[in-house]
Amino acid sequence: MTSVSEGTPEQVSRHQVSTVLHRRPRLRLGLLIGPPMLWLGVAYLGALGALFITSLWGQNPFTGDVVREWNLDNFRLLFESEVYRTITIRTLGIAALVTVVDIVIAFPVALYMAKVASPRMQRILVIAVLTPLWASYLVKAYAWRIMLSENGVISDLGGLLGLDTPGYGLTATVVTLAYLWLPFMILPIYAGLERLPDSMLEASMDLGAKTGHTLRRVVLPAVFPAVVAGSIFTFSLSLGDYITVKIVGGANQMLGNVVYDNVGAANNLPFAAAVATIPVVIMLVYLAAARRTGALENV
Amino acid sequence: MTHRKVRWHRIVAACAAVTLVAACGTESSDDKDSAGGAGFEAPDLPQLEEIGDGEGEVNILAWPGYVEDGSTDPAVDWVTPFEEATGCQVNVKTFGTSDEAVNLVKTGEYDVVSASGDASLRLIAAGDVEPVNTDLIPNYADVYPFLKDRDWNSVDGQMYGVPHGYGANLLMYRTDVVEPAPTSWSAVFEEDSPYAGKVTAYDSPIYIADAALYLMEHEPDLGIENPYALDEDQLAAAVDLLKQQRELISEYWSDYLKEVQAFTTGDSVIGTTWQVIANVAQGEDVPVEVVLPEEGATGWSDTWMVMTESEHKNCAYLWLNHIISPEANAGVSEYFGEAPSNPKACDLASEGHCETYHAGEEDYAEQIWYWTTPVEQCLDGREDVKCTDYGAWTQAWTEVKG
Amino acid sequence: MTMSPAFKVTLRVLTGLALLVIYVPLLLVVLNSFNASQTFAWPPEDYTLEWWRKAVDSQGAKEAVVTSVQVALIASGISLVLGTMAAMALQRYRFFGRDTVSLLIILPIALPGIVTGIALNNAFRTVFGLDLGFLTIVVAHATFCIVTVFNNVLARLRRMGTNLEEASADLGASTFTTFRLVTFPMMRSALIAGGLLAFALSFDEIIVTTFTAGAQQQTLPIWIFNNLFRPNQAPVVNVVAVVLILLSVIPIWISQKLAGPTDGLAGR
Repeated sequence: MTSVSEGTPEQVSRHQVSTVLHRRPRLRLGLLIGPPMLWLGVAYLGALGALFITSLWGQNPFTGDVVREWNLDNFRLLFESEVYRTITIRTLGIAALVTVVDIVIAFPVALYMAKVASPRMQRILVIAVLTPLWASYLVKAYAWRIMLSENGVISDLGGLLGLDTPGYGLTATVVTLAYLWLPFMILPIYAGLERLPDSMLEASMDLGAKTGHTLRRVVLPAVFPAVVAGSIFTFSLSLGDYITVKIVGGANQMLGNVVYDNVGAANNLPFAAAVATIPVVIMLVYLAAARRTGALENV
Repeated sequence: MTHRKVRWHRIVAACAAVTLVAACGTESSDDKDSAGGAGFEAPDLPQLEEIGDGEGEVNILAWPGYVEDGSTDPAVDWVTPFEEATGCQVNVKTFGTSDEAVNLVKTGEYDVVSASGDASLRLIAAGDVEPVNTDLIPNYADVYPFLKDRDWNSVDGQMYGVPHGYGANLLMYRTDVVEPAPTSWSAVFEEDSPYAGKVTAYDSPIYIADAALYLMEHEPDLGIENPYALDEDQLAAAVDLLKQQRELISEYWSDYLKEVQAFTTGDSVIGTTWQVIANVAQGEDVPVEVVLPEEGATGWSDTWMVMTESEHKNCAYLWLNHIISPEANAGVSEYFGEAPSNPKACDLASEGHCETYHAGEEDYAEQIWYWTTPVEQCLDGREDVKCTDYGAWTQAWTEVKG
Repeated sequence: MTMSPAFKVTLRVLTGLALLVIYVPLLLVVLNSFNASQTFAWPPEDYTLEWWRKAVDSQGAKEAVVTSVQVALIASGISLVLGTMAAMALQRYRFFGRDTVSLLIILPIALPGIVTGIALNNAFRTVFGLDLGFLTIVVAHATFCIVTVFNNVLARLRRMGTNLEEASADLGASTFTTFRLVTFPMMRSALIAGGLLAFALSFDEIIVTTFTAGAQQQTLPIWIFNNLFRPNQAPVVNVVAVVLILLSVIPIWISQKLAGPTDGLAGR
């Protein structure tokens, strides 16, 4: 396109820049990686750092103003009260269960989409799975509130199958969260399965392996990183949720509620920040484990 | 393996570096003249002496339903007339709880706030709001006298805002399930309540006052004089009662929709409520009734306050005057469901509105303990003991819910 | 893949069941947008068009949709640029700290929204001295959207290799020309998929938004949140949700058009 000898000055200078860039890959790398890192480093890591600092400060309990005195009181309170341990364990349990439920539901759906459905059907299914993402989170959560209520949709329709609603509580919370985050699990697994060449599966079959065996020995290991990638979404989204549990969780509370109550409500940012370090640490450990599977590049 | 370790160390080091930089920039507000640990002293702030021309804009922080400009329902609009009359463009942000309001005030982006009593003192003490010169607000003269110069809206006789409206946290029950009709809060607090698993309660630390109010009557030995002034032992007793109640709770509610739904489906059959929630439920043909139990009740009385750092003070004062005008006060109190603060609003509100909400009935109003922020300095005048503050209540509330 | 017929049928049934579970609540929302009950009680006893009428009249809802679309467009735009840059850097270069970079990109989505929310809220107000508003929402959203673009583009780059780009360079094309005529067209569907996911993520985000929005801006989820708790308004929210589901056809249609028939959303 751009001619080397003739051209407008702009084109010439662009060409020079291009040449410089071509000769100096390090410069090119710097220009590529600089802006995103600057953005994330300043806007995000900086914010997280400031938050952590705040957790080491105190608060004037009446006015809610942050008092800049260094201390570990917030963390001491966090570790010494049993209630925060209970809430942490409950939250972890919910997040883990939601993830497992989503994997169990998503895997067959994704497998069907990637390896059984016709290309046309595949497209339709992808859209079908994505559509609920556009209905607002809150609206879906309230829909589940009506589904799960006493004499609600589940007891009415499920009654025919002998099902009854679990009522508002932890089960309802797990069900609703699993519903909300399901697309985030189906999509990566589907993408992972799609990448898996059919020839590999056929080779396994040709070698006489049964379907079950092929699934276990070939498919599962190959999509494992994709599953882990999906689980980062479901796990972390559940870990920080405080709205769903308010809507269908009965009298229960999760870590997100404690953070929210302390910052949005009691205006105690230092203590909220201290509580917030719990999910952060959990997620960092989770990410460190996920990294070994190579899942981070599949999110 | 070692290689990987080294890399993670570097990540940590990098984070630490960023953290330090951030710390240098983080501001705290401890330089403000705020209340010290010993109790509560209002910062010395000037009040406005005269109203000038409107600044063309006012940013309002309000309970949902307090500031309606017709965008939710064209028929519900008391903002447009104000905008047309004063030229002050109204921007509104709503909040769900008093505590959220306090948090939003701290952003310094707002000019006025409709604060309930459990927020107002905190705002006054922090210097976030300033004294209000009621002489500049003509409609103030009409307001019910029993709403003026109260604990939650004034300090030493200086008003910090104008009273907006008030209501009680009543006891609501399903008439088809709860028999006989309850007359006491015992149905929601006592272990042997026949409605275990179907009880609901308000989801906020301030609900501890409801338990304290109950103990005030039933455990006189505790010596509770004011449900918002609890020493450590009294708070512990209230927390124990609430933990006992926790076993009876189906769910805590914090918004009207959640509660109406729960009473409609029968997931909850008895619990604390606002009159407006009962009205909506009855409008839906749900068989519910409300009662003001014999122990009395907690309640709210909201105050419109002006931010110290407001850049639109003229518009703010104009808004304060407008919102307690008979027309706007009638519109708001009816839409939101509470008693108006201006008796003249009753002439404009629909038939029976003021009767339903017992507007102006002093003996009814006297049974209500209006939300007030608990502070270290006991509100009941005790000087030999320190009371528990709102921070302690928040921690206690987390513990109650478990 | 050659699976046993019985296994295929099982998969088909399971997929059907999953879709049923996915769509029953959505159907309930549609039904409730006509439910005469103000609190959408089940079972509906009477039906009405009142909520649809109210929704049409609701200026607040329309303004909120416009705000949300603007936020989502700008945020996905920013994340398209930043995400592509990061992906190209990571795929084409080996350098010290590569792992840190990919961790940093994932972090905003991997940490719970409430943590991101309060961290950004605190930083905007105290460290940067910004007033919460349109800008802060966009910055917050772009931050957690980068990852969707990054991953889509990275996967595509890995698959397409560098042969064509090298050929282009050998034929004398400049860096920019190569990008415009070779790299970009090959990445197009990945960009669309990533951008669309970013758009969707931003459009329905409520937790981070709660903490980064100011008084003047209401994104749609915030509007919904406020209106659910307002007497007489809750059912209108159902109408809005139904409209959104219907409107979601538009971005999906655009993506199919732009990316070609075989690619689209799944074009990883």
